Amino acid sequence: MNATVSVAVASSTEPVLAQAPLLRIDGVGKSYGTVQVLSGCTLDVQRGEVVVICGPSGSGKSTLIKCVNGLVPFNAGRILCDGVDVGLGRQVDLVRLRTRVGMVFQNFELYPHLSVLENLCLAPVHVLRRPRSEAAERAHQLLVRVGLPDKAGSLPGQLSGGQQQRVAIARALAMDPIALLFDEPTSALDPEMVGEVLDVMVELARDGMTMMVVTHEMGFARKVADRVVFMDAGRIVETGTADGFFSEPTTERARGFLSRILSH
Amino acid sequence: MTYNWDWAILVREPFLGWLIAGTGLTLAIAGLGWAIALTVGVIVGIGRTVANRPIRAASAIYVQVFRNIPLLVQMFLWYFVLPELLPTAWGHWLKRDLPAPEFWTAVVALGLFTAARIAEQVRSGIRTVPQGQTQAALASGLRATQTLRLVVLPQCFRIILPPLTSELLTTIKNSSLALTIGVLELTAQSRQIESNTFHGFEAFTAATAIYLAIATLVRLAMRRFEAGRSMPQAKQAPPMALREA
Repeated sequence: MNATVSVAVASSTEPVLAQAPLLRIDGVGKSYGTVQVLSGCTLDVQRGEVVVICGPSGSGKSTLIKCVNGLVPFNAGRILCDGVDVGLGRQVDLVRLRTRVGMVFQNFELYPHLSVLENLCLAPVHVLRRPRSEAAERAHQLLVRVGLPDKAGSLPGQLSGGQQQRVAIARALAMDPIALLFDEPTSALDPEMVGEVLDVMVELARDGMTMMVVTHEMGFARKVADRVVFMDAGRIVETGTADGFFSEPTTERARGFLSRILSH
Repeated sequence: MTYNWDWAILVREPFLGWLIAGTGLTLAIAGLGWAIALTVGVIVGIGRTVANRPIRAASAIYVQVFRNIPLLVQMFLWYFVLPELLPTAWGHWLKRDLPAPEFWTAVVALGLFTAARIAEQVRSGIRTVPQGQTQAALASGLRATQTLRLVVLPQCFRIILPPLTSELLTTIKNSSLALTIGVLELTAQSRQIESNTFHGFEAFTAATAIYLAIATLVRLAMRRFEAGRSMPQAKQAPPMALREA
């Protein structure tokens, strides 16, 4: 949390708008009845930054990134994302925000009744009102980019898990987002398919895409993460560089977590 | 038993004409009733899943009322009771000025009754579409109504197509109840042939064969419709056949 304070101070002393964080999560809390899922989460994400969020299951990682694009409402604090106050939850603003911040889900969530091409065109055509031919052309480019140029006509159910997740990434990119949220993108994959998905994500990161990634893939974190955020019991417990976090975690809970996931 | 079989009666006039007219009315009642049932049923079914409480409650009441009163009673209520409850002028219009009042009453009664059943299927179909689908659609910027129309309902209809087929078949058979309020549909025409000729066996055999033929055609058509809209699920093992060890 100290890291975020210093970032905030830095941006306030330099009056350059471009340096305002793309995303500011400020003291966000969420509870379901008496169960507190998130409390006091504070985090800034700069443009072009790749932030990896890790932590034990049930620690609130997925809930936190779903708060960012308003999929999950929160009860306390404030989230400013690309100038939109997410907590106010005005439908108009949320739609605008979601067209700019894409999301990739653990279970892909491709639309099973639509072809791969239609999956990529749905939101561009119906939300951005792009002409169909333009959306299709862009979709074909993106399928080339994720290495699936010949799958445009397939149905999602005919693809492997790794291929589906690559299509899902292409679908998110079809909206030309300024940032992408990943919710455990490789957790539902067979081990041999994790690599192909991570390769696409590494390439995205290198191209300068702003990314918030909930994942346990420590290799990915080391390779591209600018920062690693460790969450436990709904709180952000530790924030640091990937190297710093993995080699010298400062909190006991992070050490325990790392020893458990790195031991196998 | 001495019974004079005379199958030729079925192709003799006026009886052949009666059967054809009856078949036509059966198809018309079932077809128009089905159109009402689908329209109302889909709206009520969606209504049962929305966040708005009054809409949800109204939809639930609709289903309870129309599903739990026997169709035969509903036909009588629409035909005999409703005109008396309405303002006099409206009642007169229903009884005197509406052309073929018994036909339209049967269509409306059958349609609204079946709508309650379709609403339940639509509701459970919507519930079957995983929540992640809705989240993915919303996350891409689609509005709630677009999400319903473009992502949830298309999947819902594919899921409920088999039970909908069977509902359509039931609707065709239920149309025979229209005879109780005086519609000369297929079953009524068969009865009329019987009372005119005393050849009940032949008449009802013809009706049976015609119902079966309609049902078979509907089933074949629906199967073709379904095949063009398959939605393969990844990583889904086929259901395990249970057998004794």
